[in-house]
Amino acid sequence: MELLLVFLIGLMHAGGVYMLLRRSMFKMIIGLILLGNGANLLIFLLGRLVKGHPPVMADGMKVFTDIYADPLPQAVILTAIVIGFGLQSFAIILIKKVYKVLETDDLDELNSSEEEI
Amino acid sequence: MINNLTILPIVFQFLAGIILLFCWGKIGIQKTLSILLSLISVGIAIWMFDTTWKQGIQISHAGNWDSPFGISFVSDVFGATMVLLASLSGLAVSMFASGSLRKERIQFGFFPILHYLLMGLMGAFLAGDIFNLYVWFEVVIISSFVLLTLGGKKKQLEGAMKYVSLNLLASSLFLVGIGFIYGLTGTLNFADVALKIAEIPNRGLVNATAGIFFVAFGIKSAIFPLYFWLPAAYHTPPAAVSAIFGGLMTKLGVYSIIRCFTLMFGGDEFLGPLFSVVAGLTILTGGMGALLQKSMNKTFGYLIICHIGFIMAGFGMFTELAIMGAVFYLIHDIVVKTNLFMISGLVLKMNGTENIHELGGMYRNHALLSLLLAIPLFSLVGFPPLSGFWSKIFLIQGGLESREFFLIGAIILGSFLTLWVVGKIWLEVFWKKAENLPKQADGKYFHQMSAANRWLMVFPIFFLASVSLFIGLGAEHIIEVSRKISSDLMDTGPYIQAVLGNQITQP
Repeated sequence: MELLLVFLIGLMHAGGVYMLLRRSMFKMIIGLILLGNGANLLIFLLGRLVKGHPPVMADGMKVFTDIYADPLPQAVILTAIVIGFGLQSFAIILIKKVYKVLETDDLDELNSSEEEI
Repeated sequence: MINNLTILPIVFQFLAGIILLFCWGKIGIQKTLSILLSLISVGIAIWMFDTTWKQGIQISHAGNWDSPFGISFVSDVFGATMVLLASLSGLAVSMFASGSLRKERIQFGFFPILHYLLMGLMGAFLAGDIFNLYVWFEVVIISSFVLLTLGGKKKQLEGAMKYVSLNLLASSLFLVGIGFIYGLTGTLNFADVALKIAEIPNRGLVNATAGIFFVAFGIKSAIFPLYFWLPAAYHTPPAAVSAIFGGLMTKLGVYSIIRCFTLMFGGDEFLGPLFSVVAGLTILTGGMGALLQKSMNKTFGYLIICHIGFIMAGFGMFTELAIMGAVFYLIHDIVVKTNLFMISGLVLKMNGTENIHELGGMYRNHALLSLLLAIPLFSLVGFPPLSGFWSKIFLIQGGLESREFFLIGAIILGSFLTLWVVGKIWLEVFWKKAENLPKQADGKYFHQMSAANRWLMVFPIFFLASVSLFIGLGAEHIIEVSRKISSDLMDTGPYIQAVLGNQITQP
């Protein structure tokens, strides 16, 4: 399972970087989404995968004696997913607005303010 | 010492944002309330700084969960100083925005978002764990996205596109770094990570993680070679927004670099040379970029990059004296950079352009005002009694101490380039005869505005200029503060002790 996740994370990062290097705004945002999700999976993996051991203590115990799944990475990922969702939806609205105003999807054509002055 | 005062500045800004949201559409009330609330926020920041200075590090644990398990907010002298500076800049920008912004922009919620941005900044300066820092970073960038795009002009959208995409990339890198930190140490609290990361035998993995953080924060703080988004984005929004961005946003990146690389990855043999090389190149590229620009805002954008390099140089040298210089520079830079963008906003309102070849005759027409504007401009260069001078002395002394001659050369050359650029601006904008000013400005001219609005534009510049003067003339106080901060940064023991309390001794 770990090995599968490692390859998946690698693939998502590679795909994300490849999409970022394209010139289209639309592909760029897909690249950013892939990178963000890859990072979330990475935290999940690095928090160690444990199967079938919920972090719940038996009655009358004070400390964990058994192996247990760490709940913290999941809390962290949940927060990161929500934040990422907000940022990505903003970015999608932004590219829609940019497309409407500039009528282009090509990132190289976003330089009119550089030539102005 | 446990004290819930630590979260007060953050909660206060949050409440300020909410109160302002209730006044949606009522422009007059929003302006007054925002200035008033910013004033109270300065009071809170002074109170917090005073408490931290006298009683040592203040900590509050969310929900009374002790660190490293709960989220802690830590106010050490460094954090409290940054909060104080942020609230001062916030006050100035809130006044300047009330005077200069157009009605339509304020109607779309400029002021609430400004206060959310300040909330994020203060949260980041007080965050006690790395994931909490990430969350505050995101609060800051989403607010800055909105401030940057508010108005939706073509050049704004173009700048915002670059800014948004690079910031999202930096955030996802930051998240990858957090994943590695958690995998390596099993904790996210700064103090706990600092203790555990020192014991990891595989230094290569630690250095790789440090590298990821360096790139992520490097993009946010615009260091060489990751700065290209800054000159493309910072000149596009109105001056009030540029001012808060130029003064505080990049400094947030620098603050995070300083916090992480002194506390978590302190004194590493791999990082010292990296800092030095990057700092030197940042100074040189920023300075040379500034030489070529014709627009005042773009020039100041490049100068931001140049002076980020000065701060990084102090950490490249990594002696107590050099860090003291760098911290002094950071304090001076926040005030001056906020002021510079407000000045270029004022010049734009007066003349209808910010192209330095078209401008001219400012001194002839407004002699007193020009003298006022001279203070921040010359503080930036560091003419002797003014604020930039003292920090450079310490930086160069620190460089001689640690024999970093490349950095000394870069600092001197960078200062010279800054002098050249500021001299050019003074010559072109203030002394030259105005011959080819544009006929019609985009919006109202300064002299057509009401007297109250004119005061609201000039007073914040005067206010920050007097803060600059205080930093320069009352340097012994700032030196004392910077010395305390630099000794805290070099010796992180008290910070760790304060955060973790008596848990260090337990197994």
